[in-house]
Amino acid sequence: MKFQVNGVEVFASTGGRPFDKKKPLIIFVHGSGLTHMTWVLQTRYFAFHGYSVLALDMPGHGLSGGESLKTIEDMADWISDVIDAVGYKEASLVGHSQGCLVILECAFRFPKKIKTLSLMGGAGAIPMNPELLSLAEKDDPKAVDLMMDWAHGPAGHFGGHPVPGLYHINTGGMLAKSRTIKNTLGIDFRACDNYKNGFKAAKEIKIPTLSILANGDKMCPVKEGKKLADLIDGSKIEIIDNCGHMMLLEEADKVLNVLKKFILTYFPIKKN
Amino acid sequence: MTDKKKKSTDPKTYKFDTLSLHAGYQPQKNAGSRQVPIYQTTSYLFDDVDHAAALFNLERGGHIYSRISNPTVAVLEERVAALEGGTAALATSSGMSAIFLTIMTLCEAGDHLVVSSQLYGGTVNLFRLTLPKFGVKCTFVKPRDTEGFKKAIQKNTKGIFGELVGNPGNEIMNMPEIAKIAHDAGVPLIIDATYQTPYLCKPIDHGADIVVHSLTKWMAGHGSSMAGILVEGGKFDWMQNDKFPTMTKPYEGYHGLSFAEEFGPTAFTMKARAEGMRDFGPCLSPQNAWNVLQGIETLSVRMQKHCSNAEKMVEYLLSHESVAWVSHPSVPDHPDHDLAKKLLPHGKGSMIAFGIKGGKEAGEAFINNVKLASHLANVGDTRTLVIHPASSTHSQMDEATLKFAGLSQDMIRLSVGIEDFDDIRNDFETGFRAARRPRLVSNQ
Repeated sequence: MKFQVNGVEVFASTGGRPFDKKKPLIIFVHGSGLTHMTWVLQTRYFAFHGYSVLALDMPGHGLSGGESLKTIEDMADWISDVIDAVGYKEASLVGHSQGCLVILECAFRFPKKIKTLSLMGGAGAIPMNPELLSLAEKDDPKAVDLMMDWAHGPAGHFGGHPVPGLYHINTGGMLAKSRTIKNTLGIDFRACDNYKNGFKAAKEIKIPTLSILANGDKMCPVKEGKKLADLIDGSKIEIIDNCGHMMLLEEADKVLNVLKKFILTYFPIKKN
Repeated sequence: MTDKKKKSTDPKTYKFDTLSLHAGYQPQKNAGSRQVPIYQTTSYLFDDVDHAAALFNLERGGHIYSRISNPTVAVLEERVAALEGGTAALATSSGMSAIFLTIMTLCEAGDHLVVSSQLYGGTVNLFRLTLPKFGVKCTFVKPRDTEGFKKAIQKNTKGIFGELVGNPGNEIMNMPEIAKIAHDAGVPLIIDATYQTPYLCKPIDHGADIVVHSLTKWMAGHGSSMAGILVEGGKFDWMQNDKFPTMTKPYEGYHGLSFAEEFGPTAFTMKARAEGMRDFGPCLSPQNAWNVLQGIETLSVRMQKHCSNAEKMVEYLLSHESVAWVSHPSVPDHPDHDLAKKLLPHGKGSMIAFGIKGGKEAGEAFINNVKLASHLANVGDTRTLVIHPASSTHSQMDEATLKFAGLSQDMIRLSVGIEDFDDIRNDFETGFRAARRPRLVSNQ
């Protein structure tokens, strides 16, 4: 659906079901240079099982208007604005990669609004490989090719997409190339590289938090994810085998299963 | 920067030859089976009611019924998508069903297509006679008439379709230019690249939005199995205009799903499967999918040999006293020679059309007397194949349509195989000798 946030049109997938303000809200925040489509194998379950879902296209990404936000802090404020714009007081947040930094900062800034955090392939800081950052800022498509290489685990390089007929690496690459690379990936990578508040924010988080990590993740390795999780009070960790940073596509079912268990426990649908 | 440092920023995603052997398959998820298993089954167990609902709601990936998808077929689909540089693919029972499914996913009654005039005869009939019965009309344009494609576009045009190298006359569409025309009009370019395979050309890299193949031909190579496929490029923006409401608006057949919003770069394939396969059902059998996979494993090796034999054959035919003319993009005076160098850098393909001196009678004698080359209605077999199109594949056409499609009565269509070239040449000598004295041979 399309709606306005701060006067700019925003697109979000509602998971194939109509957006219903009576249902609890889960917001999905994509990673650098990507779009709402990375979440297609997680969002539809929740949309069909009693939740209202918004898988956002961040400003300047996918089908959303505006320009890309330049800092993780601005993105965190923007997520809070989204919650206001759709008329909610609270939401559960799910993030992938850069999206983890965004929702972590959002929960730090707006603790009363955020009910749970699910961090997929997250870390307290995501310093960028200088060459990758430079390629993205120069609008070089090689940045996307490198990201797709590093973001998929050894098995994911062969394919084997859970949805018959889809090829991971080309699909992800096409998403990242759908807008001008320097204006999406370039700005996002720089925002990640500049963000320094992750570990401080983590220490302040008091809401249920789940870290979903992948044992083949080269971009946000398990040890970095654990370092962050250890700082969050009561944080839970799930490690997914046989995949890399794009675990949400490479092992979509396993990721959905742990996410379901966590959200249904800590952000259940209230029965009348 | 040292070479070592340069290498550090090169993506290490697998390359063509590796993908042709491995893409789409993980042995560890299939009992460690090194070879792709043949899932000879119609249907798949649901874990519980929730799991069944999730599959029907497209909440999660998986298989329900082999008309819609099958694990063996899915490996083939993913492999071809990987090789073509596409986001997704859908395999079908034949190349013709891939084209039909593509058009039925794209168009509704009242729509229009701009179509290259030089196509396989069956495809011509589909566009000329069958699709109008579904309310889809077509305007045919000669493949070299790039400006003609632009002029033929109407308000209700939903796409441009053509064979990159036309069958059987070897005329080449200026794909990058025609892609631009299509995109300026807000419609996709659909390319049948059966003759090229992704080894010779990846149309998506040159602007095509959907690629279709008869996998029966070079992709499989062995001439044992019928199969087709459509591959999505993932770049086309279905939401840029209001031409494709069935892609962009809520679809009643799937809980109000908007394919374009939900699936973006794979929306077309998702719709073709969810709607087209469900409602028309031209599914590929798992056995045939497996057979095609065996062929794809050696695609690059075979294509190199096909092309080198074709080049030798062109040289032989050009200098032969019984040959009136030769059409192959490798010939310097072929009208599309320069375009072919750009679009087909790894080889110009193994389809040759040539005219035999003595016309139809000589052509018949030639075909009746070659022994190694097989006379049949197929192309892209590992074996050398010959046919006289005017009396076979394109025989449903009247004289005017034949001419418009670039065919002549003396034309022989040759699909060069990978036999030892000396043996093919010796066989052709026998055919040409017979063609020079047809009456005598036919009385023997």
